[in-house]
Amino acid sequence: MSTLLEVSGVSVSFDGFKAINNLSFAIGQAELRAIIGPNGAGKTTFMDIITGKTRPDSGTVLWGEKSRSLLKMTEAQIARAGVGRKFQKPTVFEDQTVQENLLMALENDRNPFAVLFWRPGQTDFERVEEIATEIGLVDALKRKSGELSHGQKQWLEIGMLLAQEPRLLLVDEPAAGMTPAEREHTTRLLVEAAKTRAVVVVEHDMEFIRRLDCRVTVLHEGSVLAEGSLDHVTANKEVIDVYLGR
Amino acid sequence: MRKSFLAQNPSVLIFLGILGMFTLAVTVASEGLGLGLISTSFVKTLGKTLVLALIAVAMDLVWGYAGILSLGHFAFFGLGGYMIGMWLMYERTRQIVVDSMANAPIPPTDQEIVDAIGTQIFGVVGSSEFPAIWTFADSLIIQLVLIVAIPGVLALVFGWLAFRSRVTGVYLSILTQAMTLALSLYLFQNDSGLRGNNGLSGLQNIPHLDHVPQSVLSVWFLWASALALALGYLFSAWIVSGKFGSVIRGIRDNEARVRFLGYSVEGYKLLLFTTTAMMSGIAGALYYPQAGIVNPAEIAPIASIYLAVWVAIGGRGRLYGAVIGAIFVSLVSTWFTGGQAPDVNLGFYTISWVDWWTILLGLSFVAVTLFAPKGMGGLFDLWAGRRAPERHGADLGPDQGALREKEANE
Ligand SMILES: Nc1ncnc2c1ncn2[C@@H]1O[C@H](COP(=O)(O)OP(=O)(O)OP(=O)(O)O)[C@@H](O)[C@H]1O
Ligand SMILES: [Mg+2]
Repeated sequence: MSTLLEVSGVSVSFDGFKAINNLSFAIGQAELRAIIGPNGAGKTTFMDIITGKTRPDSGTVLWGEKSRSLLKMTEAQIARAGVGRKFQKPTVFEDQTVQENLLMALENDRNPFAVLFWRPGQTDFERVEEIATEIGLVDALKRKSGELSHGQKQWLEIGMLLAQEPRLLLVDEPAAGMTPAEREHTTRLLVEAAKTRAVVVVEHDMEFIRRLDCRVTVLHEGSVLAEGSLDHVTANKEVIDVYLGR
Repeated sequence: MRKSFLAQNPSVLIFLGILGMFTLAVTVASEGLGLGLISTSFVKTLGKTLVLALIAVAMDLVWGYAGILSLGHFAFFGLGGYMIGMWLMYERTRQIVVDSMANAPIPPTDQEIVDAIGTQIFGVVGSSEFPAIWTFADSLIIQLVLIVAIPGVLALVFGWLAFRSRVTGVYLSILTQAMTLALSLYLFQNDSGLRGNNGLSGLQNIPHLDHVPQSVLSVWFLWASALALALGYLFSAWIVSGKFGSVIRGIRDNEARVRFLGYSVEGYKLLLFTTTAMMSGIAGALYYPQAGIVNPAEIAPIASIYLAVWVAIGGRGRLYGAVIGAIFVSLVSTWFTGGQAPDVNLGFYTISWVDWWTILLGLSFVAVTLFAPKGMGGLFDLWAGRRAPERHGADLGPDQGALREKEANE
């Protein structure tokens, strides 16, 4: 399987503090990957680098068949190239309805002039309804998303991610604030999505990771500590010391 | 099935209806074309108020919807006024010069006419040469184009520089304010080519329309202002009704998130900033012929701050709020500062409203910001809520922390 994203030798420091230290990471076209690690390990910062929010001090981030460097692109260009992101703290547009949120995320021309004249058609509404059904918000389409519960906002954000039709989904702590049933639902969504695209999930909840049933990368102090199946990494002595054993 | 644009936005239809009735009522009551119940100068005040409402709508788009607190839109307004003012002054002076030279024994050459116009216009600043910026002043068509082109280009260049460097919030407001101040100081200079602090005057006299009395002209301008407001309102409502509206409101609430959805935030801001600058230019071009004079003081930073105050008092993020704010505050302000408001004698001190009005306005602004962030437009929510109470009380989702549904607005 060819690689979709290849991060090599990336470092970034904030005021002298090395948040990411010579980190390398690669993921294939249709692969599910979990990232675990203690608080402050650099998981969110890692996503910031891929999505263009933070510029690394050194290293390369290559994308797609043509191995384009993501480091020279703006956040919006990276998103249009096919990288979608769900934030640790759910960020949806609270003042707008669930439907408006999803329509905005829907994969379509992003050019301001095109958007100005764009009006949703039958297929767009159908797609929105389809996604809303998947994330269990079909009855809430006309509601302001600010009125949703925390878990529902998480889902709406996952729905927006799916609507974007990205080739790589970066999902930061999707299960936070969800009930066990909601977590299970989320797992299904992510596993399903990973059949056709690359999905990177950051999560602290081991039960959740186990259900994802995928390769796991352990981050610690800004670099990869271990990588492999969940059983493999949880048996690793270092991993137990820094993360599990606490 | 999609409903038509107006069916989806009934408030637009209501607005246009009220505007139409208002214009008709003023026409019927006017001196020029009606019963003479209201004076020509008041018709002009009303016409000016309508274009102030238009620039308020532009401000609402850029601030209320997209969250860009521009303190420079009155600069664009003033520039629009200058652009039309140049033609009005040139053409009117040309008429006078040609008439006065008509009886001369030797018919004047074209150059002599131009020189004479120059002397007439620039005498007050001790010059008679036409500066380069007056090159097209003899062409109404070109000056009309410049009404939107000059503010548009200025906004484009300024916006490109500011947005590209991701200047936001207070810093952007300060930058726009600085731009306004710089422009106004430049225009104050005699060698700016636009008659320094004299500005352009006599704009109420429309060339070739000498036979039409001001009482009738004022009504024509009222109509033009109402039409411009109607079109500007429709256009703005159309912009914010679709996905573009969603995106700009998204930018207001969380700019970074919009970027991660793949929208180039800078492009959207620039398009909106430039478009609203052009709207402001049009508003200015309609305002100053009714005011009669445009001078650099009009562009002073305080004017743009007032604009923000109108929109805040009227209610940000809803177009009719901006209109209400502009109309209400500017009319009340005319009343207070025009000396019509009776002074309040406290025995030991007399409150003269001409002086105290600004303070009252400032206090209202603070009060609205603190206690009624929705502004006067928020009153409509109360009314709409009482008329159709639609309270769903269902629990939302299985979460303990699920909110109860609030009233679903709109
Ligand atoms: N913009 C920033 N400026 C300064 N320090 C930062 C910045 N962003 C992150 N850091 C620091 O970098 C380290 C890594 O943070 P990061 O948010 O990536 O951790 P994380 O693995 O996502 O942790 P958590 O599990 O708590 O979400 C932390 O020590 C954090 O304080
Ligand atoms: Mg994190």
